[in-house]
Amino acid sequence: MLILLLLVAAFSLSRRYIPAVGGAWGGLPVKVRTFAGPVIALVLAVLVPGAGFIPGITTQSNGWLPQTTLVYCAIYALFAMGLNIVVGYAGLLDLGYVAFFLFGSYVAAWLMSDFWYTRSFRFFDAVRLNPTLEVRGIHLSFWLVMIVAAVVAAIAGVLIGAPTLRLKSDYLALVTLGFGEILPEVFRNGDDVAGANLTNGTSGIGPLDKIGTGFLKSIIGTPNSLERLDRVAIEPSDHRHKYYVILFFCILFVYVSLRLRGGKLGRAWLAIREDELAASLMGVPLMRTKLWSYAIGAAAGGLAGTFYATTIGIVNVDTFQFSFSIIILCAVILGGMGNVWGAILGGAVITWFNYTGLVWIGQKLSDAMNVTVDLKRYEFGFFGMILVLMMVFRPQGLLPAARQKQVKEIERKIETKAVGA
Amino acid sequence: MSALLDAKEVTVKFGGLTAVNNVDFVVPEHSICALIGPNGAGKTTFFNVLTGLYTPTSGSVTFDGKSLVGVAPHKIAAMGMARTFQNIRLFGAMTASENVMVAMHPHLRSGPTATVLSTRRQRREEAEARATAKELLEFVGIGGIDDEFATNLPYGDQRRLEVARALALRPKLLLLDEPTAGMNPQESAAFTSFVHRVRDERGLTVLLIEHDMKVVMGVSEHITVLEYGAKIAEGTPRDIRTNTRVIEAYLGKSGVEGAA
Repeated sequence: MLILLLLVAAFSLSRRYIPAVGGAWGGLPVKVRTFAGPVIALVLAVLVPGAGFIPGITTQSNGWLPQTTLVYCAIYALFAMGLNIVVGYAGLLDLGYVAFFLFGSYVAAWLMSDFWYTRSFRFFDAVRLNPTLEVRGIHLSFWLVMIVAAVVAAIAGVLIGAPTLRLKSDYLALVTLGFGEILPEVFRNGDDVAGANLTNGTSGIGPLDKIGTGFLKSIIGTPNSLERLDRVAIEPSDHRHKYYVILFFCILFVYVSLRLRGGKLGRAWLAIREDELAASLMGVPLMRTKLWSYAIGAAAGGLAGTFYATTIGIVNVDTFQFSFSIIILCAVILGGMGNVWGAILGGAVITWFNYTGLVWIGQKLSDAMNVTVDLKRYEFGFFGMILVLMMVFRPQGLLPAARQKQVKEIERKIETKAVGA
Repeated sequence: MSALLDAKEVTVKFGGLTAVNNVDFVVPEHSICALIGPNGAGKTTFFNVLTGLYTPTSGSVTFDGKSLVGVAPHKIAAMGMARTFQNIRLFGAMTASENVMVAMHPHLRSGPTATVLSTRRQRREEAEARATAKELLEFVGIGGIDDEFATNLPYGDQRRLEVARALALRPKLLLLDEPTAGMNPQESAAFTSFVHRVRDERGLTVLLIEHDMKVVMGVSEHITVLEYGAKIAEGTPRDIRTNTRVIEAYLGKSGVEGAA
């Protein structure tokens, strides 16, 4: 039922952005070529966890694609799409993008746990872990928290952006790197701010409430939470519903990205990426345009953060390290900068390797060769290798933006002509 | 004829170097003016002052009745000042029509929300912008290349695209920085009539920096000559051609003697 609903929603959405992109490209065959990929990807993304016709996708953690991994793939795909707006579209190298993920996660933790135990506040049917205990702390419905987190992250983006975005290229990268380092430290030491405990320091905040289904449960008889189901039987580790919800937001953000990309703001972003000075002389307000990219990218990051926090159940500051920013940046580069589909692919692939792939491949190798192979240990080695190989053989990414592809091809042609080959 | 642009005692210093020295400069409305001078005379620096990239060390610049000193480049652009560049600065990975549409930024009303929601108004505005871009590309003589990427265009077309992009700002004053650089004599000659057409059909004022004297003498109504940042002469092409100070600046003292 839910699957069907989402399918219809997804398709109607996809049809809505066909004229937007199709109009710009013109010509039917191109249109077909442009949309065949995304539509197939969408159908796969919707069907994969549900139908069970692909072996190995289980609620257990021993397959090649456990449902939890699938959920994380979707979360990081959303996160990568946000970064794609900042780095891919506007060309602003942000090495501290994890900050927005952190804000989203902590907002969720603050508003969906027993953390503020001296207060007790319940709002809009929050699904608490243990409903029999007395209500302590602030418990808001996830759907509200989501909006709050996106707004908070966007504001944080503007606040961080306002002073830093005056800098250009490498300097911006350095300062954002600094912010990415400072913020986790602030949260790490936030357990004693003039005597008040704001972040619970290194212990982290948790456990978080589950995501409730709100009024839907009285309409179509769904269970009252996406993960833990009090009413009807789906086993507790079934994450399908959550996956579909995140997938929905991914699709929504793809749509937002593509719409913006084709409009006034998207053109201004690309112009800034291509030639900042010329853009300003053509009437593009640099600061404001850059801040928009930060705000929108940050909102996606914050949203991904809330999903992450509620999935993992506890928010710990150690998650939000510098390497996190780098991994997401790798995902965007791997997928193809400036292309939403690339960002999704990159985010999902990197996450899969991170959570399951390396262990799974290692297991297979161990079984085949009868020696213990622990690939997970060489995780960063592999990422480094992939990055180097990508830069050498396919610098434009797995799914490069259409424009990048064409420009690159022509450049190569000119180059070969120039050397007389 | 009133003055569209009025610069008074403009001085620009970079540390110890005085790039523009106490220059008075007036561009009458609906005229075609030229700024000439040997290399390093401060012509492009002067353009950069006008477009807001540099703030003059002292002096004032008034454009269309408003002061330009300390105003951000994008605001000056929105006030109606557009320029092209000595070294072409197009947005390489964007198509020709996108390049032109970027410069319509100050005139488009739909914000990000309207864009995402794809409102009727936003779609109409985009369609109009695209049509205007097409029309401008045809006007500068490169119709039909709307979807070509700027980097892939031949040099001459890139120069024309820069002019189309500048025109998309709906400028009152069009600044052209060495527009005929790299053109052959036929193209330069065609350019002269093109500038007249731009002025007459678009009803704007043109100020250009140019080294090709044939073009300068053929196109401009008023010429200002800079040397080492200072104004050494101004007047009609006829005045400038016979001005000994100008000949001296270009050819040196012996050149004057030789001519005499």
